[in-house]
Amino acid sequence: MQKTALYERHRQLGAKMTDFHGWEMPLYYTSILEEHKAVREALGLFDISHMGQVLVTGPDAVTTLNHLVVSDMTQVGKERACYTLMLNERGGIVDDLILYRLGEAEWLVIVNCATHAADVEWLTGHAQGGTTVADISEGRAILAVQGPRASRVLEEILDAKVAGLGRFAIAPIRTMGPDACIARTGYTGGAGFELFVPNAHAKRVWDAVLTMAKPLGALPIGLGARDTLRVEAGLRLYGTDMDAQTSPIEAGLDWTVAWNKTAFLGREALLRQQREGVARKFVGFEMSQGPVPRAGLELAAVSGKAAGLKVGAVTSGTYSPILNKPLGMGYVEPAYAAVGTPLAMTVRNQRHTGTVVKLPFWKGERTQPALTSGAPTVERLT
Amino acid sequence: MAYPSELLYTKTHEWARRDGEEAVVGITTHAQEELRDIVFVELPKAGRAVKQGEAAAVIESVKAAFDIYAPVSGTIARVNEAVSKSPQVINQDCYGVGWLFAIRPSSQQEFTTLLSSGAYEKQLQAGTHQ
Repeated sequence: MQKTALYERHRQLGAKMTDFHGWEMPLYYTSILEEHKAVREALGLFDISHMGQVLVTGPDAVTTLNHLVVSDMTQVGKERACYTLMLNERGGIVDDLILYRLGEAEWLVIVNCATHAADVEWLTGHAQGGTTVADISEGRAILAVQGPRASRVLEEILDAKVAGLGRFAIAPIRTMGPDACIARTGYTGGAGFELFVPNAHAKRVWDAVLTMAKPLGALPIGLGARDTLRVEAGLRLYGTDMDAQTSPIEAGLDWTVAWNKTAFLGREALLRQQREGVARKFVGFEMSQGPVPRAGLELAAVSGKAAGLKVGAVTSGTYSPILNKPLGMGYVEPAYAAVGTPLAMTVRNQRHTGTVVKLPFWKGERTQPALTSGAPTVERLT
Repeated sequence: MAYPSELLYTKTHEWARRDGEEAVVGITTHAQEELRDIVFVELPKAGRAVKQGEAAAVIESVKAAFDIYAPVSGTIARVNEAVSKSPQVINQDCYGVGWLFAIRPSSQQEFTTLLSSGAYEKQLQAGTHQ
Protein backbone atom coordinates (compact mmCIF):
# COMPACT_ATOMS: atom_id res chain seq x y z
CA MET A 1 0.00 0.00 0.00
CA GLN A 2 1.14 3.55 -0.66
CA LYS A 3 1.98 5.79 2.26
CA THR A 4 1.96 9.57 2.53
CA ALA A 5 4.77 11.67 3.98
CA LEU A 6 2.72 11.87 7.19
CA TYR A 7 2.27 8.11 7.64
CA GLU A 8 4.54 7.99 10.71
CA ARG A 9 2.62 10.83 12.30
CA HIS A 10 -0.66 8.95 11.90
CA ARG A 11 0.83 5.87 13.57
CA GLN A 12 2.30 7.99 16.39
CA LEU A 13 -1.12 9.55 16.97
CA GLY A 14 -2.63 6.08 17.27
CA ALA A 15 -4.79 6.33 14.17
CA LYS A 16 -6.92 3.44 13.03
CA MET A 17 -5.64 2.99 9.49
CA THR A 18 -7.61 1.88 6.46
CA ASP A 19 -6.95 0.94 2.84
CA PHE A 20 -8.34 3.76 0.72
CA HIS A 21 -7.91 2.92 -2.97
CA GLY A 22 -4.43 1.52 -2.32
CA TRP A 23 -3.36 4.17 0.20
CA GLU A 24 -2.90 3.41 3.88
CA MET A 25 -4.79 6.35 5.37
CA PRO A 26 -6.12 7.30 8.84
CA LEU A 27 -9.81 6.39 9.25
CA TYR A 28 -9.97 8.05 12.66
CA TYR A 29 -7.61 8.92 15.50
CA THR A 30 -10.03 8.91 18.43
CA SER A 31 -13.63 9.16 17.28
CA ILE A 32 -15.30 10.14 14.02
CA LEU A 33 -17.95 12.20 15.81
CA GLU A 34 -15.45 14.04 18.03
CA GLU A 35 -13.27 14.82 15.04
CA HIS A 36 -16.32 16.00 13.13
CA LYS A 37 -17.25 18.39 15.96
CA ALA A 38 -13.69 19.72 16.22
CA VAL A 39 -13.84 20.82 12.57
CA ARG A 40 -17.17 22.58 13.04
CA GLU A 41 -16.26 24.21 16.34
CA ALA A 42 -12.50 24.79 16.23
CA LEU A 43 -10.08 23.31 13.71
CA GLY A 44 -9.32 20.04 12.01
CA LEU A 45 -6.09 19.00 10.31
CA PHE A 46 -6.32 16.48 7.45
CA ASP A 47 -3.70 14.63 5.45
CA ILE A 48 -5.20 14.33 1.98
CA SER A 49 -1.95 13.60 0.15
CA HIS A 50 -3.62 10.61 -1.51
CA MET A 51 -5.31 13.03 -3.91
CA GLY A 52 -3.66 13.60 -7.28
CA GLN A 53 -1.85 16.80 -8.20
CA VAL A 54 -1.50 17.46 -11.90
CA LEU A 55 0.10 20.46 -13.56
CA VAL A 56 -1.32 21.54 -16.93
CA THR A 57 0.84 24.15 -18.63
CA GLY A 58 1.41 25.85 -21.95
CA PRO A 59 -0.17 28.56 -24.09
CA ASP A 60 -3.00 26.20 -25.07
CA ALA A 61 -3.66 24.98 -21.52
CA VAL A 62 -6.77 27.11 -21.15
CA THR A 63 -8.10 25.86 -24.51
CA THR A 64 -7.38 22.25 -23.51
CA LEU A 65 -9.13 22.57 -20.15
CA ASN A 66 -12.03 24.56 -21.54
CA HIS A 67 -12.74 21.70 -23.94
CA LEU A 68 -12.61 19.13 -21.13
CA VAL A 69 -14.63 20.76 -18.35
CA VAL A 70 -18.17 22.15 -18.20
CA SER A 71 -17.28 25.53 -16.66
CA ASP A 72 -15.73 28.47 -18.51
CA MET A 73 -12.01 28.51 -17.75
CA THR A 74 -11.49 31.83 -19.51
CA GLN A 75 -13.46 33.39 -16.65
CA VAL A 76 -11.08 32.07 -13.99
CA GLY A 77 -8.56 34.73 -13.07
CA LYS A 78 -4.95 34.25 -12.03
CA GLU A 79 -4.66 32.81 -8.51
CA ARG A 80 -8.30 31.77 -8.50
CA ALA A 81 -9.85 28.31 -8.44
CA CYS A 82 -12.94 26.65 -9.87
CA TYR A 83 -14.87 23.52 -8.90
CA THR A 84 -15.96 21.80 -12.08
CA LEU A 85 -16.64 18.51 -13.88
CA MET A 86 -15.13 16.57 -16.77
CA LEU A 87 -17.69 14.70 -18.91
CA ASN A 88 -17.53 11.96 -21.48
CA GLU A 89 -19.33 12.33 -24.81
CA ARG A 90 -22.51 10.80 -23.38
CA GLY A 91 -22.58 13.55 -20.77
CA GLY A 92 -21.51 11.21 -17.95
CA ILE A 93 -19.22 12.55 -15.24
CA VAL A 94 -15.61 11.41 -15.66
CA ASP A 95 -14.57 13.18 -12.45
CA ASP A 96 -15.19 16.26 -10.37
CA LEU A 97 -12.16 18.37 -9.68
CA ILE A 98 -10.81 21.73 -8.62
CA LEU A 99 -8.71 23.68 -11.09
CA TYR A 100 -6.38 26.33 -9.69
CA ARG A 101 -5.01 28.90 -12.11
CA LEU A 102 -1.49 29.50 -10.82
CA GLY A 103 -0.47 31.70 -13.76
CA GLU A 104 -1.68 32.78 -17.16
CA ALA A 105 -0.66 29.43 -18.68
CA GLU A 106 -0.25 27.25 -15.58
CA TRP A 107 -2.98 25.25 -13.88
CA LEU A 108 -2.88 22.96 -10.86
CA VAL A 109 -5.54 20.26 -11.17
CA ILE A 110 -6.53 18.29 -8.06
CA VAL A 111 -8.14 14.96 -8.93
CA ASN A 112 -9.74 12.23 -6.84
CA CYS A 113 -7.54 9.42 -5.58
CA ALA A 114 -9.62 6.65 -7.18
CA THR A 115 -9.65 8.35 -10.58
CA HIS A 116 -6.09 9.71 -10.48
CA ALA A 117 -4.49 7.55 -13.20
CA ALA A 118 -7.54 7.66 -15.46
CA ASP A 119 -7.73 11.46 -15.16
CA VAL A 120 -4.06 11.92 -16.07
CA GLU A 121 -4.62 9.70 -19.12
CA TRP A 122 -7.81 11.62 -20.02
CA LEU A 123 -6.05 14.98 -19.71
CA THR A 124 -2.99 13.79 -21.63
CA GLY A 125 -5.11 12.25 -24.38
CA HIS A 126 -7.00 15.51 -24.88
CA ALA A 127 -4.04 17.90 -24.61
CA GLN A 128 -4.10 20.46 -27.40
CA GLY A 129 -1.17 22.24 -29.05
CA GLY A 130 1.89 22.36 -26.85
CA THR A 131 0.00 21.69 -23.63
CA THR A 132 2.00 19.69 -21.09
CA VAL A 133 0.25 17.45 -18.56
CA ALA A 134 2.58 16.58 -15.69
CA ASP A 135 1.60 14.36 -12.76
CA ILE A 136 3.49 16.03 -9.91
CA SER A 137 1.86 14.01 -7.09
CA GLU A 138 5.00 12.02 -6.32
CA GLY A 139 6.90 13.61 -3.46
CA ARG A 140 4.17 16.10 -2.66
CA ALA A 141 1.64 16.38 0.14
CA ILE A 142 -1.72 18.09 0.67
CA LEU A 143 -2.79 19.24 4.11
CA ALA A 144 -6.26 20.59 4.74
CA VAL A 145 -6.75 22.97 7.67
CA GLN A 146 -10.49 23.42 8.14
CA GLY A 147 -12.71 25.11 10.69
CA PRO A 148 -13.43 28.51 12.23
CA ARG A 149 -9.94 28.77 13.80
CA ALA A 150 -8.10 27.88 10.59
CA SER A 151 -7.15 31.34 9.38
CA ARG A 152 -5.96 32.50 12.79
CA VAL A 153 -3.67 29.50 13.22
CA LEU A 154 -2.30 29.62 9.69
CA GLU A 155 -1.61 33.34 9.96
CA GLU A 156 0.62 32.62 12.96
CA ILE A 157 2.41 29.73 11.32
CA LEU A 158 2.87 31.16 7.86
CA ASP A 159 3.27 34.73 9.09
CA ALA A 160 0.96 35.93 6.36
CA LYS A 161 -2.47 37.46 6.08
CA VAL A 162 -4.25 34.32 4.90
CA ALA A 163 -7.57 35.66 6.20
CA GLY A 164 -7.47 38.01 3.23
CA LEU A 165 -7.40 35.08 0.85
CA GLY A 166 -10.86 35.04 -0.71
CA ARG A 167 -12.93 31.91 -1.17
CA PHE A 168 -11.46 29.85 -4.01
CA ALA A 169 -8.31 31.99 -4.12
CA ILE A 170 -4.81 30.51 -4.12
CA ALA A 171 -1.42 32.03 -3.31
CA PRO A 172 2.12 30.71 -3.54
CA ILE A 173 4.11 29.87 -0.41
CA ARG A 174 7.45 31.01 -1.75
CA THR A 175 9.54 29.63 1.10
CA MET A 176 8.46 26.07 0.39
CA GLY A 177 9.68 25.77 -3.15
CA PRO A 178 8.09 25.92 -6.58
CA ASP A 179 4.41 25.12 -6.79
CA ALA A 180 3.92 25.25 -3.01
CA CYS A 181 0.57 26.95 -2.49
CA ILE A 182 -2.18 27.71 -0.04
CA ALA A 183 -5.77 27.87 -1.24
CA ARG A 184 -9.03 28.75 0.42
CA THR A 185 -10.76 25.54 -0.58
CA GLY A 186 -11.88 22.39 1.18
CA TYR A 187 -14.35 19.53 1.41
CA THR A 188 -16.11 20.34 4.67
CA GLY A 189 -18.48 23.11 3.58
CA GLY A 190 -17.00 25.43 6.20
CA ALA A 191 -14.14 27.89 6.31
CA GLY A 192 -10.73 26.45 5.65
CA PHE A 193 -7.59 26.08 3.60
CA GLU A 194 -5.65 23.50 1.67
CA LEU A 195 -1.85 23.53 1.46
CA PHE A 196 -0.07 21.91 -1.47
CA VAL A 197 3.55 21.42 -0.43
CA PRO A 198 6.61 19.28 -1.16
CA ASN A 199 6.93 16.31 1.20
CA ALA A 200 9.96 17.89 2.87
CA HIS A 201 7.66 20.50 4.45
CA ALA A 202 4.70 18.29 5.29
CA LYS A 203 5.70 17.16 8.80
CA ARG A 204 6.80 20.65 9.81
CA VAL A 205 3.47 22.19 8.82
CA TRP A 206 1.53 19.28 10.37
CA ASP A 207 3.37 19.57 13.70
CA ALA A 208 3.18 23.36 13.77
CA VAL A 209 -0.59 23.41 13.18
CA LEU A 210 -1.30 20.71 15.77
CA THR A 211 0.96 22.22 18.42
CA MET A 212 -0.46 25.68 18.03
CA ALA A 213 -4.09 24.71 17.58
CA LYS A 214 -4.42 21.99 20.21
CA PRO A 215 -5.23 24.45 23.01
CA LEU A 216 -7.98 25.82 20.75
CA GLY A 217 -9.65 22.42 20.51
CA ALA A 218 -8.08 21.23 17.27
CA LEU A 219 -7.78 17.56 16.33
CA PRO A 220 -6.21 15.57 13.51
CA ILE A 221 -9.04 14.29 11.29
CA GLY A 222 -9.33 10.95 9.53
CA LEU A 223 -11.21 9.93 6.41
CA GLY A 224 -14.21 8.86 8.54
CA ALA A 225 -15.00 12.41 9.62
CA ARG A 226 -13.98 13.75 6.20
CA ASP A 227 -16.90 11.72 4.89
CA THR A 228 -19.44 12.71 7.57
CA LEU A 229 -18.48 16.38 7.15
CA ARG A 230 -18.90 16.36 3.38
CA VAL A 231 -22.30 14.66 3.66
CA GLU A 232 -23.44 17.26 6.20
CA ALA A 233 -22.30 19.92 3.71
CA GLY A 234 -24.24 18.19 0.89
CA LEU A 235 -21.07 17.61 -1.13
CA ARG A 236 -21.09 14.69 -3.56
CA LEU A 237 -18.36 12.05 -3.56
CA TYR A 238 -17.26 10.78 -6.94
CA GLY A 239 -17.64 7.00 -7.23
CA THR A 240 -20.31 7.02 -4.51
CA ASP A 241 -22.83 9.73 -5.41
CA MET A 242 -21.96 9.94 -9.10
CA ASP A 243 -20.01 8.12 -11.78
CA ALA A 244 -19.59 7.92 -15.57
CA GLN A 245 -23.29 6.99 -15.87
CA THR A 246 -24.43 10.14 -14.01
CA SER A 247 -25.06 13.47 -15.69
CA PRO A 248 -24.50 16.84 -13.99
CA ILE A 249 -28.23 17.53 -14.32
CA GLU A 250 -29.13 14.35 -12.43
CA ALA A 251 -26.46 15.08 -9.82
CA GLY A 252 -27.76 18.62 -9.29
CA LEU A 253 -24.40 20.01 -10.38
CA ASP A 254 -25.65 21.79 -13.50
CA TRP A 255 -24.79 25.10 -11.78
CA THR A 256 -21.19 24.35 -12.81
CA VAL A 257 -22.14 24.25 -16.51
CA ALA A 258 -21.37 27.29 -18.67
CA TRP A 259 -24.25 26.80 -21.13
CA ASN A 260 -23.07 29.67 -23.31
CA LYS A 261 -19.77 27.93 -23.99
CA THR A 262 -19.94 26.87 -27.65
CA ALA A 263 -18.03 23.60 -27.36
CA PHE A 264 -16.96 21.19 -24.65
CA LEU A 265 -16.92 17.43 -24.30
CA GLY A 266 -20.40 16.14 -23.45
CA ARG A 267 -22.20 19.36 -24.39
CA GLU A 268 -24.54 17.82 -27.01
CA ALA A 269 -25.65 15.04 -24.66
CA LEU A 270 -26.18 17.58 -21.91
CA LEU A 271 -28.28 19.86 -24.13
CA ARG A 272 -30.41 16.87 -25.12
CA GLN A 273 -30.97 16.02 -21.45
CA GLN A 274 -31.86 19.61 -20.72
CA ARG A 275 -34.52 19.48 -23.47
CA GLU A 276 -35.87 16.03 -22.72
CA GLY A 277 -35.47 15.92 -18.97
CA VAL A 278 -33.76 13.32 -16.79
CA ALA A 279 -35.13 10.20 -15.08
CA ARG A 280 -33.70 10.88 -11.63
CA LYS A 281 -32.57 13.73 -9.42
CA PHE A 282 -30.10 13.92 -6.58
CA VAL A 283 -31.70 14.89 -3.26
CA GLY A 284 -30.85 15.24 0.39
CA PHE A 285 -33.27 13.96 3.02
CA GLU A 286 -33.25 14.00 6.79
CA MET A 287 -35.01 12.03 9.49
CA SER A 288 -35.78 13.14 13.01
CA GLN A 289 -34.37 9.86 14.37
CA GLY A 290 -33.82 6.25 13.37
CA PRO A 291 -31.08 4.22 11.73
CA VAL A 292 -28.40 5.71 9.51
CA PRO A 293 -29.40 5.70 5.81
CA ARG A 294 -26.83 3.40 4.18
CA ALA A 295 -25.81 3.36 0.52
CA GLY A 296 -27.98 1.04 -1.54
CA LEU A 297 -31.13 1.28 0.61
CA GLU A 298 -34.29 1.71 -1.43
CA LEU A 299 -36.31 4.90 -1.09
CA ALA A 300 -40.08 4.53 -1.44
CA ALA A 301 -42.90 7.00 -1.99
CA VAL A 302 -45.03 7.67 1.09
CA SER A 303 -48.19 9.08 -0.49
CA GLY A 304 -49.96 9.09 -3.84
CA LYS A 305 -50.41 6.27 -6.33
CA ALA A 306 -46.83 5.05 -5.90
CA ALA A 307 -47.08 4.89 -2.08
CA GLY A 308 -44.84 2.09 -0.86
CA LEU A 309 -43.19 1.63 -4.26
CA LYS A 310 -39.52 2.23 -4.97
CA VAL A 311 -38.78 5.70 -6.36
CA GLY A 312 -35.04 5.83 -5.72
CA ALA A 313 -32.07 4.72 -3.65
CA VAL A 314 -29.61 6.06 -1.09
CA THR A 315 -26.02 6.75 -2.21
CA SER A 316 -24.58 8.36 0.97
CA GLY A 317 -25.71 8.71 4.54
CA THR A 318 -24.48 9.54 7.98
CA TYR A 319 -25.45 10.69 11.44
CA SER A 320 -24.79 14.39 12.03
CA PRO A 321 -23.45 15.18 15.52
CA ILE A 322 -24.12 18.87 14.82
CA LEU A 323 -27.75 18.57 13.67
CA ASN A 324 -28.24 15.43 15.83
CA LYS A 325 -30.10 13.44 13.21
CA PRO A 326 -29.55 10.92 10.44
CA LEU A 327 -28.95 12.43 7.00
CA GLY A 328 -29.12 10.80 3.60
CA MET A 329 -28.50 11.62 -0.03
CA GLY A 330 -29.44 9.73 -3.15
CA TYR A 331 -31.38 9.66 -6.38
CA VAL A 332 -35.17 9.69 -6.75
CA GLU A 333 -37.60 10.09 -9.63
CA PRO A 334 -37.99 13.82 -10.36
CA ALA A 335 -41.62 13.81 -9.11
CA TYR A 336 -40.29 13.00 -5.62
CA ALA A 337 -37.38 15.43 -5.56
CA ALA A 338 -39.17 18.56 -4.33
CA VAL A 339 -38.26 19.93 -0.90
CA GLY A 340 -40.78 18.67 1.66
CA THR A 341 -41.53 15.36 -0.11
CA PRO A 342 -41.67 12.44 2.34
CA LEU A 343 -39.57 9.37 1.49
CA ALA A 344 -39.54 6.03 3.30
CA MET A 345 -36.80 3.49 3.78
CA THR A 346 -37.17 0.06 5.28
CA VAL A 347 -34.44 -1.12 7.64
CA ARG A 348 -34.71 -4.55 9.29
CA ASN A 349 -38.41 -4.76 8.40
CA GLN A 350 -39.22 -1.39 9.93
CA ARG A 351 -40.28 1.61 7.92
CA HIS A 352 -38.62 4.94 8.66
CA THR A 353 -39.79 8.17 7.05
CA GLY A 354 -37.64 11.14 6.10
CA THR A 355 -38.23 14.40 4.26
CA VAL A 356 -36.46 15.90 1.26
CA VAL A 357 -34.62 19.06 2.33
CA LYS A 358 -32.56 21.67 0.53
CA LEU A 359 -28.82 20.94 0.45
CA PRO A 360 -26.56 21.62 2.24
CA PHE A 361 -27.96 20.15 5.47
CA TRP A 362 -25.52 22.23 7.48
CA LYS A 363 -25.71 25.91 6.62
CA GLY A 364 -23.82 27.48 9.51
CA GLU A 365 -20.74 29.61 9.31
CA ARG A 366 -21.08 30.06 5.55
CA THR A 367 -19.83 33.60 5.54
CA GLN A 368 -18.55 34.27 2.07
CA PRO A 369 -15.60 36.62 2.23
CA ALA A 370 -15.53 39.24 -0.50
CA LEU A 371 -14.04 37.90 -3.70
CA THR A 372 -10.78 39.76 -3.30
CA SER A 373 -8.55 39.57 -6.30
CA GLY A 374 -4.94 40.32 -5.39
CA ALA A 375 -4.13 37.36 -3.17
CA PRO A 376 -1.39 37.92 -0.59
CA THR A 377 1.82 36.01 -1.02
CA VAL A 378 2.79 33.80 1.85
CA GLU A 379 6.42 34.63 2.49
CA ARG A 380 7.71 32.85 5.49
CA LEU A 381 7.27 29.69 7.50
CA THR A 382 8.59 30.34 10.96
CA MET B 1 -11.23 -2.73 35.11
CA ALA B 2 -11.82 -3.40 31.41
CA TYR B 3 -13.54 -6.78 32.01
CA PRO B 4 -15.16 -7.01 35.46
CA SER B 5 -14.72 -10.45 37.01
CA GLU B 6 -18.31 -10.64 38.30
CA LEU B 7 -19.64 -10.73 34.72
CA LEU B 8 -19.93 -13.57 32.22
CA TYR B 9 -18.93 -13.08 28.58
CA THR B 10 -19.70 -14.37 25.09
CA LYS B 11 -17.24 -14.92 22.24
CA THR B 12 -19.27 -12.33 20.35
CA HIS B 13 -18.44 -9.60 22.92
CA GLU B 14 -21.61 -9.40 25.01
CA TRP B 15 -21.57 -9.53 28.80
CA ALA B 16 -24.26 -10.91 31.15
CA ARG B 17 -24.81 -10.12 34.82
CA ARG B 18 -26.97 -12.53 36.83
CA ASP B 19 -29.30 -10.37 38.83
CA GLY B 20 -31.97 -12.28 40.75
CA GLU B 21 -34.36 -13.80 38.23
CA GLU B 22 -32.80 -11.89 35.36
CA ALA B 23 -29.63 -11.67 33.33
CA VAL B 24 -28.73 -8.09 32.40
CA VAL B 25 -26.94 -7.83 29.04
CA GLY B 26 -24.62 -5.31 27.43
CA ILE B 27 -21.53 -5.13 25.22
CA THR B 28 -17.90 -5.26 26.37
CA THR B 29 -15.27 -2.55 26.39
CA HIS B 30 -13.64 -4.24 23.41
CA ALA B 31 -16.90 -4.17 21.41
CA GLN B 32 -17.62 -0.56 22.33
CA GLU B 33 -14.11 0.50 21.32
CA GLU B 34 -14.30 -1.38 18.03
CA LEU B 35 -17.71 0.09 17.14
CA ARG B 36 -16.79 3.64 18.30
CA ASP B 37 -19.30 6.41 17.60
CA ILE B 38 -22.55 4.58 18.43
CA VAL B 39 -25.46 6.59 17.01
CA PHE B 40 -28.47 4.26 16.98
CA VAL B 41 -29.74 1.29 18.97
CA GLU B 42 -32.64 -0.99 18.15
CA LEU B 43 -33.77 -2.94 21.22
CA PRO B 44 -36.01 -6.01 21.34
CA LYS B 45 -39.59 -5.75 22.59
CA ALA B 46 -40.23 -6.85 26.18
CA GLY B 47 -41.84 -10.28 26.16
CA ARG B 48 -40.01 -11.51 23.07
CA ALA B 49 -38.56 -15.02 23.34
CA VAL B 50 -34.92 -15.29 22.29
CA LYS B 51 -32.61 -18.26 21.85
CA GLN B 52 -28.99 -18.29 22.93
CA GLY B 53 -26.90 -16.79 20.09
CA GLU B 54 -29.92 -15.20 18.38
CA ALA B 55 -29.63 -11.57 17.22
CA ALA B 56 -31.67 -9.68 19.84
CA ALA B 57 -30.63 -6.06 19.27
CA VAL B 58 -28.81 -3.92 16.71
CA ILE B 59 -26.23 -1.24 17.38
CA GLU B 60 -25.34 1.18 14.63
CA SER B 61 -22.13 3.17 14.60
CA VAL B 62 -21.36 5.88 12.07
CA LYS B 63 -19.67 3.22 9.95
CA ALA B 64 -21.99 0.20 10.06
CA ALA B 65 -24.70 -1.81 11.86
CA PHE B 66 -23.91 -4.73 14.19
CA ASP B 67 -26.07 -7.49 15.65
CA ILE B 68 -26.07 -8.07 19.40
CA TYR B 69 -26.66 -11.70 20.36
CA ALA B 70 -28.56 -13.09 23.34
CA PRO B 71 -26.02 -14.70 25.72
CA VAL B 72 -28.68 -17.14 26.99
CA SER B 73 -32.15 -18.26 25.92
CA GLY B 74 -35.20 -16.77 27.61
CA THR B 75 -37.71 -13.95 27.47
CA ILE B 76 -36.86 -10.26 27.23
CA ALA B 77 -37.90 -8.88 30.61
CA ARG B 78 -36.86 -5.22 30.30
CA VAL B 79 -35.00 -2.95 27.91
CA ASN B 80 -32.92 0.14 28.65
CA GLU B 81 -34.78 3.04 27.02
CA ALA B 82 -31.95 5.39 28.03
CA VAL B 83 -29.63 3.93 25.37
CA SER B 84 -32.29 4.42 22.68
CA LYS B 85 -32.44 8.11 23.59
CA SER B 86 -28.66 8.59 24.01
CA PRO B 87 -26.81 5.75 22.27
CA GLN B 88 -23.42 7.26 23.11
CA VAL B 89 -23.83 6.25 26.78
CA ILE B 90 -22.80 2.77 25.60
CA ASN B 91 -19.42 4.25 24.63
CA GLN B 92 -19.21 6.10 27.93
CA ASP B 93 -20.28 3.35 30.36
CA CYS B 94 -20.85 -0.02 28.71
CA TYR B 95 -21.17 -1.99 32.00
CA GLY B 96 -23.34 0.56 33.80
CA VAL B 97 -25.89 2.97 32.35
CA GLY B 98 -25.12 1.57 28.89
CA TRP B 99 -26.73 -1.86 29.52
CA LEU B 100 -29.08 -2.99 26.75
CA PHE B 101 -31.72 -5.45 27.93
CA ALA B 102 -32.51 -8.00 30.62
CA ILE B 103 -33.45 -11.61 29.89
CA ARG B 104 -35.49 -13.92 32.10
CA PRO B 105 -33.51 -17.11 31.37
CA SER B 106 -35.43 -20.26 30.43
CA SER B 107 -32.72 -22.42 31.99
CA GLN B 108 -29.70 -21.91 34.20
CA GLN B 109 -27.75 -24.50 32.20
CA GLU B 110 -26.58 -22.13 29.46
CA PHE B 111 -24.66 -19.89 31.86
CA THR B 112 -22.03 -22.62 32.11
CA THR B 113 -21.26 -22.15 28.41
CA LEU B 114 -20.32 -18.47 28.92
CA LEU B 115 -16.75 -17.24 29.47
CA SER B 116 -15.18 -15.89 32.65
CA SER B 117 -13.45 -12.49 32.37
CA GLY B 118 -10.10 -14.28 32.28
CA ALA B 119 -11.16 -16.61 29.47
CA TYR B 120 -12.67 -13.71 27.53
CA GLU B 121 -9.50 -11.64 27.83
CA LYS B 122 -7.48 -14.63 26.69
CA GLN B 123 -9.69 -14.91 23.62
CA LEU B 124 -9.12 -11.22 22.85
CA GLN B 125 -5.37 -11.57 23.14
CA ALA B 126 -5.38 -14.72 21.02
CA GLY B 127 -7.05 -13.32 17.99
CA THR B 128 -9.20 -10.31 17.54
CA HIS B 129 -6.81 -7.73 18.99
CA GLN B 130 -4.57 -5.94 16.56
